[in-house]
Amino acid sequence: MFSLDRWQEVLSTLARAKLRTALTAFAVAWGIFMLVFLLGMGRGLRKGAETRFADDASNSVWIFGGQTSQPYQGMPVGRRVQLTNADFDTVRALPAVEHVTGRYFPGSGRPFSGDRPARVGAKTQNFDVRAVHPDHLYLEKTLMRAGRYINAGDVVDKRKVAVIGIPVAQFFWGTTDVIGRSMLVGGVAFDVVGVFADDGGDDGETRMIYVPVSTAQLAWNGADRLNAILMTVGDGSVADTKTLITDMKRKLSERLRFNPDDPQAIRVRNNLEQYESFQKIFAIIEVFISFMGACTLFAGIIGVANIMIITVKERTREIGIRKALGAPPLSIITTILQESIFITAAAGYLGLVSGVGLLTGIAKLVPANDFFGEPQIDLRVAIYANVVLIVAGTLAGFFPAYAAARISPVEAMRDR
Amino acid sequence: MLRLSKINKYYAVGSHRLHVLRDVDLEVGDGEMVAIMGASGSGKSTLLNILGILDRYDSGEYWLGDTLIRDLGEAQAARYRNQYIGFVFQSFNLLPFKTAVENVALPLYYQGVSRRVRNRTALQYLDKVGLADWADHRPAEMSGGQKQRVAIARALITKPRIVLADEPTGALDSKTSEEVMALFAEINATGMTVILVTHEADVAAKAGRTIRLRDGQVEPELLARAS
Repeated sequence: MFSLDRWQEVLSTLARAKLRTALTAFAVAWGIFMLVFLLGMGRGLRKGAETRFADDASNSVWIFGGQTSQPYQGMPVGRRVQLTNADFDTVRALPAVEHVTGRYFPGSGRPFSGDRPARVGAKTQNFDVRAVHPDHLYLEKTLMRAGRYINAGDVVDKRKVAVIGIPVAQFFWGTTDVIGRSMLVGGVAFDVVGVFADDGGDDGETRMIYVPVSTAQLAWNGADRLNAILMTVGDGSVADTKTLITDMKRKLSERLRFNPDDPQAIRVRNNLEQYESFQKIFAIIEVFISFMGACTLFAGIIGVANIMIITVKERTREIGIRKALGAPPLSIITTILQESIFITAAAGYLGLVSGVGLLTGIAKLVPANDFFGEPQIDLRVAIYANVVLIVAGTLAGFFPAYAAARISPVEAMRDR
Repeated sequence: MLRLSKINKYYAVGSHRLHVLRDVDLEVGDGEMVAIMGASGSGKSTLLNILGILDRYDSGEYWLGDTLIRDLGEAQAARYRNQYIGFVFQSFNLLPFKTAVENVALPLYYQGVSRRVRNRTALQYLDKVGLADWADHRPAEMSGGQKQRVAIARALITKPRIVLADEPTGALDSKTSEEVMALFAEINATGMTVILVTHEADVAAKAGRTIRLRDGQVEPELLARAS
C-alpha cells in the first residue's frame, strides 16, 4: 500500500484519464460536501432554536390564572381564577419544586404588561416592570452584572429597591455604574441595587426593571394578586413534572375552588415538555438530513464503482499483459483498490474541506440570531465521514478489482 | 528441461466438449530451439499457452525442469510465469503508455526489484537488442521490428528457463522477420531454450527442430532434425 512504485502506477493511471478522474472525484466530493453542509446547517438551525430556549430555564413550569370551563361546587362556568400570594405559598410547599417565584405585572393597561413610566431627572421612558420573588433570577436565567438581585429581605420588608437591565442604566445615566442611584418608577422612588444582563441575549428581556413583588403589590394597588407563578423542577423527567402539575392543580383547587380536572381553570406551560419535544424534532431532522447526505454520498460511491468497472474493462488488455508477465492477482486487486480508495479519499477530503469552509464563511457572514446559530460540524462527524469514505472507496473498488483479477490473460490479450 | 506426457485438453463448446490436445508427448532439451507448426485449429496456440502456464490442461503431466506444473493457484502460476518463462507475442503486447525501458523493466517490478536497479538492467537488455537509443520512446513511436525487439528484451530480463514466442514474425515484413529471427538465433546461441509457434516454413527452418501438430496430435517426426 505504501510502495512508491505502486503509487506511481496509480497516479499515472489516473492522469491518463484526467476528465474521467475529475468527474468521478467531483461526484464524491459533492456527496461529502452536501453531507457536511446539510449537517452543519441543521446544527445551525438547532442552535438558533436553542438560543430561544436558553432565554428561560428549560426545566420550568409556568402557571397562569384562567377561566373555569366546568361547573364546580355549584359555581358556574366562566368564573375567573385569580392567583394570589397564598397560591405562591402552596406551590412553594410542593416537594419537587426547586425554585419558585410569583410574577405581578403592575402595568395599568394591557394584561401581562408591566409598562410603567420611569423617570430620572428630566428623562422619562416607559419600561416593563416585573414584580418578582428572589428565585426569579434562576427562572429567567438573569445574569447579574453589578450589585445584587432582589432578596428575601426586600420582599418581607417591602423595600423600594430595583434591579435594572443594562439598557435601562445606559438610557438614564449612560453608564452601568449606577448602584445606589435613585429613580422614579410609576411615581414611586426606587433605589437601584443591581444591574443585569440576560442569558437569552434578548434585548427585550433586558429593557426591564425588577422590583420586589410585595413592594409592587403595595405601591400599585395589587393587593395580594399574582399574574403568574413560575417554578423549576430540578432534573425531574417529563413524567415527573406531569405528576407534579397534577398534584399542584389539586392543591390549588382546594383554595381557588375549581375542578382539578378542569383544563382551563388555570393554564400551565410545561417548558420541559416543550424542550423535550423540540429536542425530538431536531433529532428527527438530523437523522433525515444525515440520510439525505448519505444518499448523495452513496450516489457518488456508485459513480466511483461504475467508473472503476469501466476502467477495468478498458484496461483488460493491459491487465492481461501484466498477468502474463507474472503479476499476481493480489497485485492487480490492490492496485485497483488503491486507485479507488485514493480517488474517493482525496476527493472526499476536498469536499469535506470545502464544506467546512463554506460553513465557516456562513458563520462569519451571518451573525448568530434566534433562528440561526453558528453552523458547525463536530469533529466526530468529520471522522465518521472519513471512515465512510475509506469504506466506500474499498467497496467501490472491490467488485471491479475482483473482476480484474479473474481476467484470463489469454482472453485479455485478444481484447483490442 | 521441459517434458510433456499424455497431455489432454478439452474446451467446452456449447453442450459438447472439443478435444483440443490429444495425448501430446513432447520433450525439449536444454538450449534447444524448437518450432511448433500446424494449421489454425491444430491446437498449437493452446499448446503454447499450456507451456507458458497461461492455460490449464485436463490430464497428463507437464514438467518444467524438476517442477510439476499442474493445478497451480493463480498466484503460484503468476510467480512461475514471472521466474521461468519469457513471452514474445505476435502483437508485441507492449504497454502503450510506458516507454521502452519501462516496458522491459516491468517483469522485474513483479519481483520487487527497486526502480533504479530495474531500469538499469532494462537498459542493458535494450542495448543487447540494439535499442539503447530508444529507451525513452513509447511503442507508438517505434516500427514493428523495434517493438518486437523491445518485447524480446522484456522476455529475457528475468533470465527465464525458456522463451516462448507466439508467431513472433506474424506482424512483420520479411526483412524485419529475418532480423528478429536472427536475434532469436543469437539468444539461442547463448544457451537459452526457445520455443516458437509459427506457420511460416522459413521461420521454422531457423529452428533446430520442428514439431507439427495436426488435430491436436503431434505428427511423427518424419523430418526429424532438419538443417
